[in-house]
Amino acid sequence: MNQQAWDISIEHLDGGYEGRLVLQDFSAVLPAGTITTILGESGCGKTTLLRLLLGLNRPAGGRILIGGRDICNMSERQFRKLRRRFGVLFQDGALISSLTLAENVALPLVEHTTLPRKLLREAALRTLELVGLKDFADYYPGELSGGMRKRAGLARAIVTEPPVLFCDEPTSGLDPITAAQMDQLLLDMKACYPAMTTVVVTHDLGSVDHIAEHVLVLKDGRTAFAGTKEELKASQDAYLRRFLDRKFEESRRMAAPPLDTSVRRALAEWLDD
Amino acid sequence: MNEICAPVLNLVNRLGEMALFLFDAVRQTWHSRRLFGKVLQQVYVIGAKSMFVILLIGLFTGLVLGLQAFYAMSMFGAQGMLGSLLALTLIREMAPVLTAVMITARAGSAMTAEIGVMRISDQVDALEVMDINPTGYMVTPRLLASVITFPLLTSIFTVVGIFGGYLSACVLLGLNEGRYFSGIESSVTLHDVNGCFLKAAVFAVIVITVCCFQGYNAHRRSDGKGAEAVGNATTSAVVMSCVLILMADYVLTSFLL
Repeated sequence: MNQQAWDISIEHLDGGYEGRLVLQDFSAVLPAGTITTILGESGCGKTTLLRLLLGLNRPAGGRILIGGRDICNMSERQFRKLRRRFGVLFQDGALISSLTLAENVALPLVEHTTLPRKLLREAALRTLELVGLKDFADYYPGELSGGMRKRAGLARAIVTEPPVLFCDEPTSGLDPITAAQMDQLLLDMKACYPAMTTVVVTHDLGSVDHIAEHVLVLKDGRTAFAGTKEELKASQDAYLRRFLDRKFEESRRMAAPPLDTSVRRALAEWLDD
Repeated sequence: MNEICAPVLNLVNRLGEMALFLFDAVRQTWHSRRLFGKVLQQVYVIGAKSMFVILLIGLFTGLVLGLQAFYAMSMFGAQGMLGSLLALTLIREMAPVLTAVMITARAGSAMTAEIGVMRISDQVDALEVMDINPTGYMVTPRLLASVITFPLLTSIFTVVGIFGGYLSACVLLGLNEGRYFSGIESSVTLHDVNGCFLKAAVFAVIVITVCCFQGYNAHRRSDGKGAEAVGNATTSAVVMSCVLILMADYVLTSFLL
């Protein structure tokens, strides 16, 4: 793996979707060689931030420096070259549905090297073994559970031994045991590749407790907190406390909307039918 | 004024995007790795898997043409020309057009749906972040495979259609076999066969460009999101391909005659 320090620095970033800014004047530093978890409520801009870091969305303003290079002012060609150093685990794995797990994992090597088929398969199997899926190498993604797809996605992300790994909600929708396995896998990756900068977008506080070395909390497209998980736990900030203690905001409480009588009657007729 | 101009501008914009999409797919021929295997796989998907339907449609087209032409021409005592009429109709028009339409329905719609699903489930984004050009990976092999398979399937359609015509005109209605086949031999020229292959190749480019473009841009559709967008993209791809095939057929025929 490249020994360069792959820290990520975000400066005054504005970004979002067609006419709707999700991130405004957002700044943060994700230190090199650490696991940074990005936390926040749904819709606060976590996935938008990830898409901006991956170059899948263009920022409306500001700068993103990865490994000291500004990706916002790079040519397409230069950025594509830099992106070869990224491994990405998408929310549902985003495995190519027409390829088997082994073919999916080997895909970056197939497309970018001239290695013979035998070596490619061996590399894929070795990486699948790392995530505990060697026996499922010839299965298609549609034949596997969500957790297995995520692990296979992780295998594909690390097959090129990238210095920067991005994970979008690696434990969402998983049962506690599979989620813990996923967390352990990320820690194992970290043990294998200590210089790897890992960015994990998550909702899962248990995951943060388990894997995070650096935590970033987003609120309404801005940084609400940046620091270690110990500092986060000790924080007395009202919003952070609510977030960590899983308490909802009274002002957001909704009275249960009473059903219209005609709707009730229709439902009762349907239930009695 | 805006209401009139907006759809026209939108159409021109879409056609421009489609042309750039095609250009990128062609350009990727020189950049895609391990293209041969992918093209071979698509030759199987587009070509071999469409064979049965092409055989069936070709046979029945020949049968019905033979039947109709026999009765129409017997009114003038010109049954001897049936072979020429049938072969020229098939080679110049029916085979390339019907083959393209049938492949659109069978393989084109499937590729729009497949690419559309890949688009809405982050698979295209995954390709991009792996520095794999999605157009080169998904479109270029299909484009090259179709340029090979469309003319081949068109030839098969023509041969089977001529055989169908023989069955209905000679076997069922008693037309002399010699007159039927000598009519074909004396009227069909290399120019007709070349024209047939040219049409097939042009239709291949149209079908693949339209079907892949619609799938690739399924997420940008304003008439639906998610699965609905993929469904709508598939419908648009089939309709637009068929319309463009017929329009291109008219233009090509004008130049080839």
